[in-house]
Amino acid sequence: MSLTEDPIRLLLFLACTMAFVGFNAAYLVWVERKGAGRFQRRPGPTEVGPAGLLQPVADAVKLMSKQLIVPPGADAILFRLAPIMVMAPALMCFVPIPFGETLAGRDINLGLVMIFAFGSFNVMAIMLGGWASRNKYAIISAARIVSQNVAYEIPMLLVVITLIMVTGTMDMNEIVRQQEGWFWNWNIFQLGANPLMPVTFLIFFICMLAETNRAPFDMAEAESELVAGAFTEYSGMGFGLFFMGEYAHIVIGCSLGTVLFFGGWQSPFGALSGVPWFLLKMYTLCFIVIWIRWTFPRTQFYGLLNLSWKILIPVSLGTLILTSIMLKVF
Amino acid sequence: MSLTLETLAKAFTGLMPEKPVPEPVPDTPEAKDSAADAPAKDEAPAEPPAPVPPFFEQVDFNLRGFHLDATVLPDQVVPVASLLDEHGFAIDAVTGVDWIAEEQMEVVYDFFHPTEPWRVAARTRIPRAQPEIQTISEVFPGANWHERETHDFFGIRFLGHPDLSPFLLPEDADYHPLLKDFEA
Amino acid sequence: MNKPKLDLVPTGPPAAPGENETFVLNLGPQHPATHGVLRVKLTMDGEFVVRAEPVPGYIHRMHEKMGENRTLPQFLPNTSRIDYLSAMHYTHAFTGVVERAMGIEVTPRCEYIRVITSELNRISSHLVWFGAFLLDLGGFTPLLYAFDDREQILDLLEGLTGARLTYCYYQIGGLYNDVDDAFLDGTREFVSYMRPRLDMYRKLVTDNIILRKRLIGIGVISQEMCRKYGAVGPVMRGSGVAYDVRRAEPYSAYPEFDFDIPVYDEGDSMARYMVRMEEMEQSLRIIEQALDKLPDGEVNVKVPRVIKVPPGDYCYAVEAARGRFTVRLVSNGKPIPYRLKLRTPSFTNLSLYEEASQGMMLADALALMGSLDLVIPDIDR
Repeated sequence: MSLTEDPIRLLLFLACTMAFVGFNAAYLVWVERKGAGRFQRRPGPTEVGPAGLLQPVADAVKLMSKQLIVPPGADAILFRLAPIMVMAPALMCFVPIPFGETLAGRDINLGLVMIFAFGSFNVMAIMLGGWASRNKYAIISAARIVSQNVAYEIPMLLVVITLIMVTGTMDMNEIVRQQEGWFWNWNIFQLGANPLMPVTFLIFFICMLAETNRAPFDMAEAESELVAGAFTEYSGMGFGLFFMGEYAHIVIGCSLGTVLFFGGWQSPFGALSGVPWFLLKMYTLCFIVIWIRWTFPRTQFYGLLNLSWKILIPVSLGTLILTSIMLKVF
Repeated sequence: MSLTLETLAKAFTGLMPEKPVPEPVPDTPEAKDSAADAPAKDEAPAEPPAPVPPFFEQVDFNLRGFHLDATVLPDQVVPVASLLDEHGFAIDAVTGVDWIAEEQMEVVYDFFHPTEPWRVAARTRIPRAQPEIQTISEVFPGANWHERETHDFFGIRFLGHPDLSPFLLPEDADYHPLLKDFEA
Repeated sequence: MNKPKLDLVPTGPPAAPGENETFVLNLGPQHPATHGVLRVKLTMDGEFVVRAEPVPGYIHRMHEKMGENRTLPQFLPNTSRIDYLSAMHYTHAFTGVVERAMGIEVTPRCEYIRVITSELNRISSHLVWFGAFLLDLGGFTPLLYAFDDREQILDLLEGLTGARLTYCYYQIGGLYNDVDDAFLDGTREFVSYMRPRLDMYRKLVTDNIILRKRLIGIGVISQEMCRKYGAVGPVMRGSGVAYDVRRAEPYSAYPEFDFDIPVYDEGDSMARYMVRMEEMEQSLRIIEQALDKLPDGEVNVKVPRVIKVPPGDYCYAVEAARGRFTVRLVSNGKPIPYRLKLRTPSFTNLSLYEEASQGMMLADALALMGSLDLVIPDIDR
């Protein structure tokens, strides 16, 4: 690693990551709107560009051209800081994710820990945004988000710990390499180590939905109750950053799911692995996330918390203990 | 035990007499003349008439839309409401009618029964210059909103009502639109 | 249906004002959940509603005063606009009261057509409620499916009456025009199309676990509360009282049809939801029977050129989509009514909201409001 090679490589990766996140935020929205339209028996955006493909561009231009209004009583620094705090850590989370065998920002030993550490900034940022807005709806929303995210971090981490016990490493590229071969080598099918692996994945998926505030767990921005929740007072690009941050977190969550459970960039046939497989799996998970949003109604808030504290945590603790027994004994 | 119209009528007789059905006028020339002498129905009397003694009558549902029509004094309104509440009636509406020519306002109470098909209407007259009447919202909480609306439209004050502020009209309204002499 | 697991549903003690720190949240006139311009002043203790005070009047147009300024036939368009979602029922009540007072008997064919169009209107109104209620709960998609079905009804009625929403189809003594074969065939087709759709809604929505958790045990309204507040329609039928004006005060051609009145005893939001879903099914039954037995003949009877009601007061009640709608007409013999009172179902259904929503959490209070099926112009008139 010479002096000039490594920083260039890193800078290039950062630029590409930002482009990737921006592209995703824009075009995942397009997929969501088209998907929502099709689920609802209507075409979705069709006007701007062929099949509405330039719609996200139009939306971005619109958001950028709007006046950034700061409500008079709002906390000046925190109000402006909150959207930035959503986006910047999301970009950091992309560094350890292995897109391909050699395509990763940094091969970090504690990759998983890093992702969770930076991922929890999301909660704080939205809470700050809600609190700094000095708007009752925003404050209720911020309070809900904090309880919801705290409740769902725990089963998520328990599940991930279970997985780490199976794989023995927190280095994400190493985890993917362990899953090479045919698709039954993927972690989700490793029933020898953890007979409840599919349940573990299910818990992970539910927690991921809750962490990213997606329906049916979108109490925070429960549109028909709290108008726009924590984001009520944000206009223009401030709102745009929150929005992009939400989609960035969805991508991160789905990437994690792919890497941890579905073999990352490994192909299901043992040959011809690479980046396209990673993208395919990740986008399939994203599509399922979008599908779920437009199908189910919202839970109540205490139903949400009950699900986490009374059901998911005991079950994930159970799988943890079961896995440790299986690993120790067999 | 289902409630028959006879039972209901008997309950009412505790509060007021039943209006006897008027004898049919025989078809003779003298009777026709005497019928013509009676004052025309829609001729307004010069002063507010004396309060009509209370009575109830069973009316033809197919013509009027209700079974029992009670004309009561203003201070009998709460006992009538309580009587109907005991028999399981529900409040349908409370409204007013402005009889400006007679210098009176009429307050009409409609009741329906959830399980029996009976409909009861109770009406009372209060002087237009001082339109006050006891509220029935203690007996029927649903009358609260109806009385508030009636106050909005007619200015009738319901004594004992918890909150008679403008309901459907703007908060600062001090006019009563359904009065016959209301100028917009 | 499942017994609600009540230990999972927290109901906080309603704090006296000033005891805890309460704040006032204004569910303002413009809000996605209040369908129409209704303002609800919520005094909240955290997530719990301490007091919910509805403040209506934002769409008050004073129909009752308009009733005193127009002749009876001139008031007919007003009737559609009181509750625009069940316009046919309201026009039916108004023409009913005038016909009752004047002793006009309309022809059997006219009665049957009135029943068919009223029941179609009931289904389209319930479809709007279904979509909007689920939108409140966060399920965005059923709204568009319901509106898709509703389009068919609207197309049928547009071909018949010329209007999509505010029909003015009944006139005093009959109808404005007779039905044609296109309408009758289209209605038959619609009935056979709609039945499987209701089945689909049951599988997709009613059996959905999240919806069930959201509605079962929430917002229980007792029979006594319904009676004291005069709450009618599916609200009363969802609390165990089998009160339907079509059975209690039979009017029009309803005695000749065989249909059930869905009643559920639980009194929670799920009961009211189920009552309305089943009412759609029963309306389809009535339409089918009416189409089969539609008599021939004229639709209009001769009425005097100037419509004057004999002096006195008269009432007529119908079962509108939301409940019991009564028109009380006070006449002094002139062509213009002396007083026209409109007793609307949403008004009384909302009046119990303040008492029923005490101590509930915000999301549940909004689910309760949605299950009451309010149309705000109906409240304000």
